[in-house]
Amino acid sequence: MQILNKGTYLDLMGKRQLAIYFSSALLLIAIGAIIVRGLNLGIDFTGGTLVEVKYPEAIELAVVRDALDKDGFSEAVVQHFGTPQEVLVRLAPQEGMESAELSDRAFRAMQGISSEAELRRVEFVGPQVGEELTEKGGLAMLYALIGILIYVGLRFEYRFAVGSVIALVHDVLITVGFFALFHVEFDLPVLAAVLAVIGYSLNDTIVVFDRIRENFRKMRKGETVEIINTSVNQTLSRTLITSGTTLLVLIALFLFGGEIIHGFALALIVGVVIGTYSSIYVASSSVISMGVSRADLMPVKKDDEVVDETP
Amino acid sequence: MVLVVVLLGALYALPNLFGQDPSMEISATRDAVVDQTTQNRVEQALQQLGISAKGMEMQQQKLLVRFNSSEDQLKAMDQIAAALGEDYTPALTLAPDLPDWLIGLGAEPMYLGLDLRGGIHVLIDVDMESAITQAAERYSSDIRTLLREEKLRYVRISREDERVVVKFNTAEKRDQAIELIGNEFRNLNVKDIDQEEAFLVEVSLSPAEKQEVQRFALQQNITTLRNRVNALGISEPSIQQQGVRRIVVQLPGAQDPGKVKEILGATATLEYRLADTEHSVEDAVNGRVPPGASLYYERDGRPVLLKKRVIVTGNQIVDASSGLDQQTGSPAVFVSLDGVGAKRMRRMTNENVGRPMAVVFIENRTTTRMVDGKPVKVKRKVEEVISIATIREPFGRRFQTTGLDTTEEARDLALLLRAGALAAPIEIVEERTIGPSLGQDSIDQGFASVMIGLAMVMVFMAIYYRVFGLVADMALVMNLVLIVAVLSMLQATLTLPGIAGIVLTVGMAVDANVLIFQRIREEIANGNSPQASIQAGYEKAFSTIIDANITTLIAAVVLFSFGTGPIKGFAVTLAIGILTSMFTAIIGTRAVINWIYGRKRVQSLAI
Repeated sequence: MQILNKGTYLDLMGKRQLAIYFSSALLLIAIGAIIVRGLNLGIDFTGGTLVEVKYPEAIELAVVRDALDKDGFSEAVVQHFGTPQEVLVRLAPQEGMESAELSDRAFRAMQGISSEAELRRVEFVGPQVGEELTEKGGLAMLYALIGILIYVGLRFEYRFAVGSVIALVHDVLITVGFFALFHVEFDLPVLAAVLAVIGYSLNDTIVVFDRIRENFRKMRKGETVEIINTSVNQTLSRTLITSGTTLLVLIALFLFGGEIIHGFALALIVGVVIGTYSSIYVASSSVISMGVSRADLMPVKKDDEVVDETP
Repeated sequence: MVLVVVLLGALYALPNLFGQDPSMEISATRDAVVDQTTQNRVEQALQQLGISAKGMEMQQQKLLVRFNSSEDQLKAMDQIAAALGEDYTPALTLAPDLPDWLIGLGAEPMYLGLDLRGGIHVLIDVDMESAITQAAERYSSDIRTLLREEKLRYVRISREDERVVVKFNTAEKRDQAIELIGNEFRNLNVKDIDQEEAFLVEVSLSPAEKQEVQRFALQQNITTLRNRVNALGISEPSIQQQGVRRIVVQLPGAQDPGKVKEILGATATLEYRLADTEHSVEDAVNGRVPPGASLYYERDGRPVLLKKRVIVTGNQIVDASSGLDQQTGSPAVFVSLDGVGAKRMRRMTNENVGRPMAVVFIENRTTTRMVDGKPVKVKRKVEEVISIATIREPFGRRFQTTGLDTTEEARDLALLLRAGALAAPIEIVEERTIGPSLGQDSIDQGFASVMIGLAMVMVFMAIYYRVFGLVADMALVMNLVLIVAVLSMLQATLTLPGIAGIVLTVGMAVDANVLIFQRIREEIANGNSPQASIQAGYEKAFSTIIDANITTLIAAVVLFSFGTGPIKGFAVTLAIGILTSMFTAIIGTRAVINWIYGRKRVQSLAI
């Protein structure tokens, strides 16, 4: 079975002008959403308290709200979580009250409705810790990008490194923008997923770059654009298949992995789709725009001589 | 070689297939021992309840009781706790039900994180700023004492934030003071900061001293927390330092966050008092406690009579450490007091050489009890004599306690003294409690997604690459077994995001095979022979696979170094998955493909 017929040759790079418009539009929407709507940050970053309670039967949110209201939690955000039996309550940090007490009192109020209410989860994050996490998360993103820049720079050439980082920033911004646009909660697991997207998207990009390098050395004739286009074409089915299998498992995770892992799976799904597109268009066209030529890749030591270690 | 690795992997992944018994771990506190008698008492208690244990095992200093169901386990808890009394702590736990030969191999199931097994995670922040102001406060009283003793008149001593300012009315006195303070406290920075008409000396903590104060405050709090957590009766508690001012407490299986927080937040102190040797202890035990004295018990239960008057309290202890007595070489505990404490201690010991002096450890615990359906906070004071020693000669600021039997005993006493000294205030800055049912749900859902994802990918590969696809499927299953085996062997913590990492690996692991197989197809399309195509396909894809995987590894390493608990779990499974998948997808499939196609001359490949 084949997805693409043998000898399929699409003039992908010829349409790169179009891709630039498309990417720019996506980026504008993403950045606009982040600035205008802002991220719906989870308590991991903002600080606050979250209590998840499971009732033996489906319960109306209004009932829970009333019970909390009576106990002085008028500002609590109440929502169903996964099933109508499960209720998730978010409490903002309250001045003058021990945070530890907060969750206990909220749970007791909710237990008042039904004594069989079961405490599923309590998460409390102090504002200080949240701030640190935000800072650490940003730094982690930066370190990952720098590490990758260095590795790709060493293995290929600096323009490839820049090209792959442009593609990564593109992917990260659009994924985060997606969360801002649809106001999906952005919590710690989502941040981890975004970091994993960096790894994944790069994986794709590297495979294409590897081919480009190989073809530059092998094909004695041909324009830069033509060689890059051939390389993208040759790796196209692999790119689509791998993204396809990864999406398959991610959809399984999204559908069956439970409510807690939802945001995480969603971020990866968005990231993998964008990452696949960017490894075809963004990374390669950036390299073309920066004017890579055959001469840039020739003097590098021959990687083809890597000893095959397979038995 | 491939076969060996796979078999080893399967062996070490095996324990995860066995179930776990709800069980109870009984350990002795204080001087009691766990032995056959303990086991008999447990058996009796269970008989009364009509519960039969599934099994009982003696482990090092611990008795493990297995139950048939968790209802039995919970019912037995109270009964056993009552039957054994305070000398033993029963703790609920889950014990893997492994056959002996697997235990002999050291094989264990994966270590589940708190988000999967349920439990309480608390992050505690130690207030370092007040630890330092407390230290400055202590020094200001020390300096006051010193200046008085040396009859050096000062106008005023005040503590301003982290420094102490002393005011004099002549330059001469100021210079004397600088020299005096500098000689007495070598770890302080002393300098004059004269303002018009006023001669001022500023004393501040040197950076090294500040660091020492912070290190001490953290260590002290960890010690205190460890003592309290041990009293909670939870198996495998973990208390660890995180960074320079935080402590992570993890309590697997704990379910009442309110109670845990109350106990962790208790305050402790201690008191040095003279023993009352004039009156009879037996009379006191029988209810005739003489006036001016009160009855206490030592840790081993022996009664002692102590005078009511307190010589020194815990917040006057500056440091306590254990070591060896320089003259005799026997274990000793060295204690330093602040100025006020030293003065009182000197006066009392002057008058009481040859008499015994005791240290009382006092802990204030707040517990919430339900009274008539309403929660009522009950304060409970736990008092205990932790050491009695005879005063050999008068002493003041620094002294040592000898006559301890072992270095271990000395260390314990030093820890307790520090725990009772005024610790820097702590605050809970993060809490994550996961109920046991949520943990189980997460495991089930995680397992389901791995299986469904795996099945979909396998079907796709088999259809798309036929025989080669089936070989890749074998590699995929092998990869999954190896991930589980490596996780079990390293006893790395498996978390919910960790399971997500495994799911992601399943999707990405076929990538290496896709790369190889596409290459083989290309080679065949170029008119090469099947054997040559296989050879070339593997060779040419190799460096691509390495490059692509190393970059993902970089992301995993960054994730690991930045992440907290659950995220670390994700990074770990992702990294392990990348490494094992390279092995199975390159070396594993090559071996199988060679076995299928290697021996005969083939005309075409099913790819």
